[in-house]
Amino acid sequence: MNAAHAEHNLAFPECVRIESKPHLFCPGCGHPEALKALGFAIDELGIQKKVALGVDIGCSLLAWDYFNLDTIETHHGRTIPVMVGMKRANPDALTIAYVGDGGAYAIGSGHLLNAAERDENIMVIVINNAVYAMTGGQEAPTTLPGMIVDTAPCGADEYFIKGPQLVREINPTAFVARGITSRQLELRKLMKDALKFHMEGRGFVFVEVLSPCTLNWKTMDNPHKTFDFLERVLARAYPVGRF
Amino acid sequence: MAEKKFLMGNEALGRAALAAGAKALFGYPITPTSEVLHFWSKEACGPKGKERGLIFLQAEDEIGASFMLIGGVLAGTKSFTATGGPGHVLMQDAFSMAEAMRLPVVAYLNQRGGPSTSTVIYSQSEVNLACFGGNGNGYRIVYAPSNLQEMYDYGIKVFNTAWKYRFPTFLLGDGYLAKMMGEVEIYDPKEKGIAMIDPEAYMLEKKRVRPLEGLVPSPELEIRREDGVEYACFRNCLNYEEETLKVNLEIKEAWDAVAAEIVEHEVVGDPDAEVLIVAFGIVAASAKTAIKMLAEKGIKARLFRPITLRPFPDEAMRQAAAKAKRIVVAESAINQLARFVKDCLYGRVNVPLTEYARPSIGITPSEIVDVVAKL
Repeated sequence: MNAAHAEHNLAFPECVRIESKPHLFCPGCGHPEALKALGFAIDELGIQKKVALGVDIGCSLLAWDYFNLDTIETHHGRTIPVMVGMKRANPDALTIAYVGDGGAYAIGSGHLLNAAERDENIMVIVINNAVYAMTGGQEAPTTLPGMIVDTAPCGADEYFIKGPQLVREINPTAFVARGITSRQLELRKLMKDALKFHMEGRGFVFVEVLSPCTLNWKTMDNPHKTFDFLERVLARAYPVGRF
Repeated sequence: MAEKKFLMGNEALGRAALAAGAKALFGYPITPTSEVLHFWSKEACGPKGKERGLIFLQAEDEIGASFMLIGGVLAGTKSFTATGGPGHVLMQDAFSMAEAMRLPVVAYLNQRGGPSTSTVIYSQSEVNLACFGGNGNGYRIVYAPSNLQEMYDYGIKVFNTAWKYRFPTFLLGDGYLAKMMGEVEIYDPKEKGIAMIDPEAYMLEKKRVRPLEGLVPSPELEIRREDGVEYACFRNCLNYEEETLKVNLEIKEAWDAVAAEIVEHEVVGDPDAEVLIVAFGIVAASAKTAIKMLAEKGIKARLFRPITLRPFPDEAMRQAAAKAKRIVVAESAINQLARFVKDCLYGRVNVPLTEYARPSIGITPSEIVDVVAKL
């Protein structure tokens, strides 16, 4: 255990950078839960020195100094191609793209689909909170029918992107799964399995994580409501599991 | 051994990248530059290319290609792309990031007609874009070759400039230069005494030679050293205006310190000439012929040719202009090169200036002769 962790006796992964805590995410946000699951998996696999983490623009960017991992913040939607270039240039690197649902399914969708189609040896983590969070609660491709958001004040349309199903359709051999932040142990296992697949160089790895946005769901004052929406609404529209 | 070959401009570029020790091309097909991709993909899948570990990847679009290029550079691989026109427009997003973070991306840019999709072969209207595209202040180095041999020479040089100074570095050609065929001397830079500069990774480099501090603007970088291992974190999204100011001033300071050693220009013709023609790229080649034709008519004219469009050879331009009575700027664009000239001379050298602006169309020597003769 490193000194900072020992001193504070923290239940954080060892690869977390204590100096950058408290983190900048909102209270009740799902990002720290997803990052923690990823961090524990990195610890368990002993790969801290080999990971290159790419973070997208949006709330994901707040993870830029979350870890003691070599980390690059890219442009909105462009983290997948940056990690593709890095992996091609340095096949020993373990390359993780950490992206929101807007970055992955809207502005960067072309990159996602083609990286999946080429079976690029990168790992992609997409945080799905059904909304554009950092820009102030606009409609995302994952916003559920009828949800009231800032750019759909009369309710979002009936269609929404199911990322893992889409990736599986394109790539029959990729690692494809969807997890949820409310089931932390399951999520850690999922991250570890995904990382192992990536370490073995078996091709494209795609993990979507259902994650709460208490600010834009307007549930910051009520954790029960947050949990309800996450488990009872989001997880019903987006089934958790391996694809 | 150096040898002369009959080559297309784009193949000269591909061979230049190879001679420069480049490893990776991330690109997307576009006329007039696609043959660079054809050449490199063939090299990469051949036995020699495999031995050298050459990488070729055709991306989903130019945005993807240019961000893959950033990934390649972060991994410490001499990487490049090749594009032009609308592809060049799309790549500005990544070039901005490279400019912000001092990432030495290299691009071969062959200008085609514009604006929009336009004609697929020729213009000089990507000068503003190459030099000042993006939402920054234009801290990129831009070389403009004017013949096939220079496509090869500067095609090598861009890699050294990029990795030495750590600014995005571009070769700005055009479709005529890219598609024409002719004799090119192909050589190993070593034979000419040119030492190639080694690249170094920004990420996952655990035995660093050149520190990242003092290179990457300080607000964008956090380094943590733990148990003898360095973990570098980079960002380009900043919290405060003051941080953004600091990033920009640090980039400017680094640029100002080296601009004078980067600038290149060429002057041709009689120093006593009253007329100074300013042109770059293939139009400068045309102007050289025009000067000879004018001499036959008893008219003395001189050519000032910026080889680096950015940084612009301001001092040399002023010296040449100060001796002239008239300046003619000839370009296959409207007020792109001319704006640079005016910026450079304003308030310092007062010489009347005539613009011969032919957007997206070639300029022949006889046209230049006519313009000068009518002054």
